[in-house]
Amino acid sequence: MDPKKVMICRCSDVTLDDLNRLFDQGYETFEDLKRIRRIGMGPCQAQTCGKMVQWEISKRFQLPLEEVRTHTTRPLTTGVKLNVIAQGSDDEKPR
Amino acid sequence: MKNHANVVIIGAGISGASIAYHLAKKGMTDIVVLERSYIGSGATGRCGAGVRQQWGTELNCLLAKKSIDFFSTMNEALAYPGDVDFKQEGYLTIASTAEEAAQFKEDAQLQNRCGIPTQHLTPEEALKIVPYLNITDVSAANFCPTDGHLNPFATLDAFVHAAKRLGVTFHTQTTVTGFTKDADGVRSVQTDRGAIETRIVVNAAGGWTQGLAHMLGVTLPLYSENHEILVTEQVEPLLKPMVISFSKNIYCQQTPHGAFLMGRSDPHMPPGESMHSTWGFLEAMAHTVTDLLPPVGQLRVIRQWGGLYNHSPDHQPILSAVDAVPGLYVACGFSGHGFMLAPMTGLLISEMILKETPSLPLEALSLNRFNDPTRIIKEKSVV
Repeated sequence: MDPKKVMICRCSDVTLDDLNRLFDQGYETFEDLKRIRRIGMGPCQAQTCGKMVQWEISKRFQLPLEEVRTHTTRPLTTGVKLNVIAQGSDDEKPR
Repeated sequence: MKNHANVVIIGAGISGASIAYHLAKKGMTDIVVLERSYIGSGATGRCGAGVRQQWGTELNCLLAKKSIDFFSTMNEALAYPGDVDFKQEGYLTIASTAEEAAQFKEDAQLQNRCGIPTQHLTPEEALKIVPYLNITDVSAANFCPTDGHLNPFATLDAFVHAAKRLGVTFHTQTTVTGFTKDADGVRSVQTDRGAIETRIVVNAAGGWTQGLAHMLGVTLPLYSENHEILVTEQVEPLLKPMVISFSKNIYCQQTPHGAFLMGRSDPHMPPGESMHSTWGFLEAMAHTVTDLLPPVGQLRVIRQWGGLYNHSPDHQPILSAVDAVPGLYVACGFSGHGFMLAPMTGLLISEMILKETPSLPLEALSLNRFNDPTRIIKEKSVV
């Protein structure tokens, strides 16, 4: 398949071809790739692309898959509106 | 790994990278930058990305103004193949008490004297800049149109690119474990990957600076503190300037890719090196932002994280030689503003090491200023 047509990160529009170019430029870890091209910084927070990037790094640099670190998972697990969070805490106040 | 260097810089954040670049540009050879984790893994990669010149001390104003001047030509000056995304859409600084409004008026005059085009505004004038600002308890505002923001990852990448091109070596995933000294000062830096002989060490390790200095028997007047931040989903352009308020404890901006970034400080956060996320932050942030900028309440939070402020006693940077250990320099104590001051950090430390005429009076930035408590002028404009 044409690497230009293989989508790796849907949120930030990064294809396999983009990823290969970044490898060529010396960005070799998930954290490097994330910072230079916003991979994994969109609404899905790397839940989609994380494993694919891990696989590609493993293949490219001949590293065992389990040794390739990917993203750090942080709160929140899904998007929540700010006014819902504010209202939610108001609702918990003693009345 | 290299076992000898003319200069070893500890920390590949924005400060360390800027120091490396400026030194190399001035002709220094054999520079090694050591980084415990990946490049930008500390405060640089966690920061709010804003750059402002609205400060309450002349020194901070001048450091910030000269840094903004640098950022404005950075892509070309560093021949960066990417873009540091420097946008000057201003900082709108909100006062919420009469006392703070009076302070803002003075601050604007100080900033104007430093050549910074800050305007002192009424709440109604602030509405012309952000029409949905809730001015219920806004007493005044200051606006500086030449403040702005950059992409911190790209800005750091630009310094690293340029430094590497000038021959600087970066060793990532390399932890400093100790130092050796002799009668002439620093002799070597020990790491988990071997030792590097050097006579000059620059400690630019952000929140870990004081811990490293302890290894050399030096106690620095610093403490680190977790400051949290969150990011929302990406939406259409809604907010141009950074909106910031010291009394309301908030800074909030929309980044060029559409997400809103916002942060505040927690007065009950204990000093330390933890960078954990708290529910308390999320709740307090949600209340503050939905009150001040109501439409932002409609946006979904997708991630929160923490990073370390490295506080100095006066909330101004310490760019200094350390008298007790010849060859040791520190760039620390930025108190949450190391990113925006980084160009001057690099320039001034490089001038110090090369014994050139400094671009700003170095005495005011030195460690020795804390020897006389009556001389300390504390910067108040900090979130």
